[in-house]
Amino acid sequence: MNAIKHFFKTFFLWELVLGLKLTGKYLFARKITVQYPEEKTPQSHRFRGLHAQRRYANGEERCIACKLCEAVCPALAITIDLEERDDGSRRTTRYDIDLAKCIFCGFCEESCPVDAIVETRHFEYHGEVREDLLMTKEKLLALGDRLETEIAKDRASDAQYR
Amino acid sequence: MIETLQNLLSFLPEVVQSLIIIAVKILAIVLPIMGAVAYLTLAERKVISYIQVRIGPNRVGPRGLLQPIADALKLIMKEVIIPTKANPYLFMIAPVLAFAPAIAAWAVVPFDEGMVLSNIDASLLYILAITSMGVYGVILAGWASNSKYAFLGAMRSAAQIVSYEIAMGFALVTVLMAAGSLNLTEIVNAQQGGVWMWFFIPLWPMFLVYYIAGLAETNRAPFDVAEGESEIVAGFHVEYSGMSFSIFFLAEYANMILIALLTALMFCGGWLSPFQGIPGLEALFSWVPGIIWLLLKTSFFLFLFLWFRATFPRYRYDQIMRLGWKVLIPITILWVLLLGLAIVEGWGPWFG
Repeated sequence: MNAIKHFFKTFFLWELVLGLKLTGKYLFARKITVQYPEEKTPQSHRFRGLHAQRRYANGEERCIACKLCEAVCPALAITIDLEERDDGSRRTTRYDIDLAKCIFCGFCEESCPVDAIVETRHFEYHGEVREDLLMTKEKLLALGDRLETEIAKDRASDAQYR
Repeated sequence: MIETLQNLLSFLPEVVQSLIIIAVKILAIVLPIMGAVAYLTLAERKVISYIQVRIGPNRVGPRGLLQPIADALKLIMKEVIIPTKANPYLFMIAPVLAFAPAIAAWAVVPFDEGMVLSNIDASLLYILAITSMGVYGVILAGWASNSKYAFLGAMRSAAQIVSYEIAMGFALVTVLMAAGSLNLTEIVNAQQGGVWMWFFIPLWPMFLVYYIAGLAETNRAPFDVAEGESEIVAGFHVEYSGMSFSIFFLAEYANMILIALLTALMFCGGWLSPFQGIPGLEALFSWVPGIIWLLLKTSFFLFLFLWFRATFPRYRYDQIMRLGWKVLIPITILWVLLLGLAIVEGWGPWFG
């Protein structure tokens, strides 16, 4: 009996009609495409984009050259050189992040004891030559200065989950 | 229009006159086909993306309407690469062999009563003969490319097209039995008298067989093992690039339009209005020219092509062969017998 039923079902292409009905329904369904440059998906405050270095409110750079980020970086993208400054504090002379190596895991930010290196929401950047993708200390600090309010807000909203 | 042209050319010898008029008619058929092919690619991308809940191309021109032109420009400007150790002559002649039959078949297609390039009595036979030539292009392309994938694709395609040709031929035999003619114009005229007189009702299984065989003939999904990008990269045209590739593309889409148009002509009353014989509606729609009805029906079948592609997964090769030889051909033979009986006995409104 089942065999006969199966025969007629396949012979009259019934399953195919059911499939067509399903796809036909989706033809008129609401489209979910996000038309990127004009429309953007919402971003989490934890978004891990382009790096920046922060300063304290008095303008002093936070980074103390502890090299934890350099040690934890799984892609070996961070290079740090340091020296003792005239006032006796330890600071970096060189802090490079090679964006071509970086995998945006966020470990540098997690490991930082003074919240100096952070990853911002920004991901729309490009480089025309290789050097453009090497974030030097100056670039990182400049970006941090520019985005400080946004960075501080994102850290504040994440604080309740920590 | 033809008369004014004839008057303009009346100073020329008769042979030249008729040659020019035929050339003009050919242009009047081929150019719209090229345009239709270009926009069919856009329609395909749009329909498939809508079914996949996407938007599809919408960046080039308003709502993506210039996308086919951008594609064409890109393909024209690309380099045509001939693989080393490929046979360059066969390699370049293969796309032509695929494309020429796809265009030549249109010579006998009637677009309206009397609107046909050459109204020959064996037009159905001509179509069958010409469209089956297309497989040579595919085989030559696969063989001349000197590539395993192309060769496999060509083998699959050849076997598939040859098997489905039989089912398709038998389906056409039922049409010519029902119409009593091989002339496409007369086949359409035999369906006069309303929707219930159209051949898709008495020949329903043949209608399906013809359409399925048409899908297989044009190597469309779900019968596109000849391209089978997941198994053999792109099948017979892997080694082609630029214009030589786009000629294959043109041929495939021109064939699709042809199959859709023929389905409309032979099973769905061609240019006949669907409201024929319905009082009120018939008069209401009598101003619509026949070619509009034909184009509407063709577009519907083209839409089905796209809908099927978006719905069905690709058949396995042995399943294709099983369907062609063990299902479609027996059904067609059975229906030829049944139809013969129906015609002898004069059943229904169709054969009375």
